[in-house]
Amino acid sequence: MDLIGKAALVTGGSRGLGAALARRLAARGANVVIVGRHLEPLESVEREINGSGGHAFALAADIGEKSAIHPLAFAAAALVGPIDVLVHNASALGPTPLRLLLDTECEDLSHVLDVNLVGPFRLTKIVAGSMALRGSGTVVHVSSDAAVAAYPTWGAYSVSKAAQDHLARLWAAELGEHGVRSFSVDPGEMNTRLHADAIPDADPAALEDPSRVAERIVAMIEAGDRIPNGARLEAASWKGTS
Amino acid sequence: MIAASWPRAEPNDERLLHVDPRGGQIVDAHLRDLPRLLSPGDVLVVNDAATLPASLPVEGSGAEVRLVMRLGGDRAWRAVLFGPGDFRTPTENRPLPPLFDVGARLRFADDLEATISAVDTDEPRLVDLRFSSDGAALWSSLYRHGKPIQYAYVHEPLRLFDVQTRFAARPWALEMPSAGRPLSWSVLAELRRRGVAIAAITHAAGISSTGSASLDRRLPMRERYAIDDAAVATIRAATARGGRVVAVGTTVVRALESSALEHDGELAAADGEATLLIGPGFRPRVVDAILSGMHPPGTSHFALLGAFASSPFLASALEHAEREGYLEHEFGDSMLIGAPKDS
Repeated sequence: MDLIGKAALVTGGSRGLGAALARRLAARGANVVIVGRHLEPLESVEREINGSGGHAFALAADIGEKSAIHPLAFAAAALVGPIDVLVHNASALGPTPLRLLLDTECEDLSHVLDVNLVGPFRLTKIVAGSMALRGSGTVVHVSSDAAVAAYPTWGAYSVSKAAQDHLARLWAAELGEHGVRSFSVDPGEMNTRLHADAIPDADPAALEDPSRVAERIVAMIEAGDRIPNGARLEAASWKGTS
Repeated sequence: MIAASWPRAEPNDERLLHVDPRGGQIVDAHLRDLPRLLSPGDVLVVNDAATLPASLPVEGSGAEVRLVMRLGGDRAWRAVLFGPGDFRTPTENRPLPPLFDVGARLRFADDLEATISAVDTDEPRLVDLRFSSDGAALWSSLYRHGKPIQYAYVHEPLRLFDVQTRFAARPWALEMPSAGRPLSWSVLAELRRRGVAIAAITHAAGISSTGSASLDRRLPMRERYAIDDAAVATIRAATARGGRVVAVGTTVVRALESSALEHDGELAAADGEATLLIGPGFRPRVVDAILSGMHPPGTSHFALLGAFASSPFLASALEHAEREGYLEHEFGDSMLIGAPKDS
């Protein structure tokens, strides 16, 4: 997919991988809507992108809130047009320090599922209808190795990411015939606030820079049908498609 | 006919009256039957406009502003003012709004204000306004404080998602382009599998009623539309292979026929304003059939259907629908008006 002039929406765009993805998409020519719960940090990313010749728009919304999703989707379309690239990057870990399932409140599991699974479903449901009508569009789900491995204390997050991976496959199975692509990608361990919240004593020097990971994920989007629809990819081992 | 008073859960089960003006047939069916009522090679053209939250309460006065037309950029809109009250009062019974002069400021919320920039000389309820913000700030505020426009036959407040089609994209419509509302993706996918193409245009569907007879005579107003190259190519390809062009809703007819009128009778890609009034006697150049909601005689929607079937035949179709318990208005049942391909 050639990103020049395309409309992209990135959730969790205030910092870390989301901000890096927004910068990279804009650098490749897309008009980007960046979404987060708080406007101020979003606007700083927006200013930075626009200051370097890109086109970015900041919209505050909580992906876990049902009533926020339609306003978000259509305000975004008013600003950049029908969305061509949708990146589900916003994630909730649940309470930290991370805890055993037997110590996890049901409400905390529900909240994590709302942000990591139900919210992305709601947003894709609005955006992908227009993609299917137009016969093109890409939906990216940022996953984790916790979607595959059962690490003790990562329960709520882990379950939500495993379900999100399967949601990515199902969108591909249902929308592939209409030209819509969907994949999930494990970004690997990065030097981000989410990682620090989960593993406070990790050595930042041993972690990947989110901007490097963002370059690879954007290259995956640009690779289009050279990647099987519904694939689960790993940024760390991704070598490109050529 | 009884008005549908709320969105129904299963659109495929909603009723569809197939009206064949050439064969003189009126046949009862359901939305799920649409794929077998169209033929491989046909093209279904939908309006992908998303519906705006175009009703804004004015702080202090109890008045309501309904946006009716975007004038330019994000900030400038034409609007109709309503007196105190809300959708529960039929529009024709609403008290008159306070009259505003040019320069008056309307405050909707802390983060949403507008200034009146013009007042219509004949209809002082019809004003032009300019919002104080634009871009992301304006759209966020508009979506935070606006509500969908609705009428008294729908008893509960509609949520934004109640007034969207399943393929809504650009937020241009002031009221829902409702003919597309009952189209589920199971039906759309089945149509595609059977060789029916689907094309999308965008048309800023306007408001249906202001409650004032003189103001209603000015409806529909100029409505912005966009037809892209992909839609033109899909529609032309269908016509070239002998397929029918089936418009989903009166807005699609207005957009396609306006484009043809402005381009020597040929459909062309366009980003324009539909001013064309279509009614009995109008010979469509592009559209062969229409999928529409049930609209009572006397409305501009009903008049437009007159381009596809004679008024007496339409009236008899509506009598049949009423007898059989069909429901009208935007959450009601549907009719497909057009002759089968080879009859």
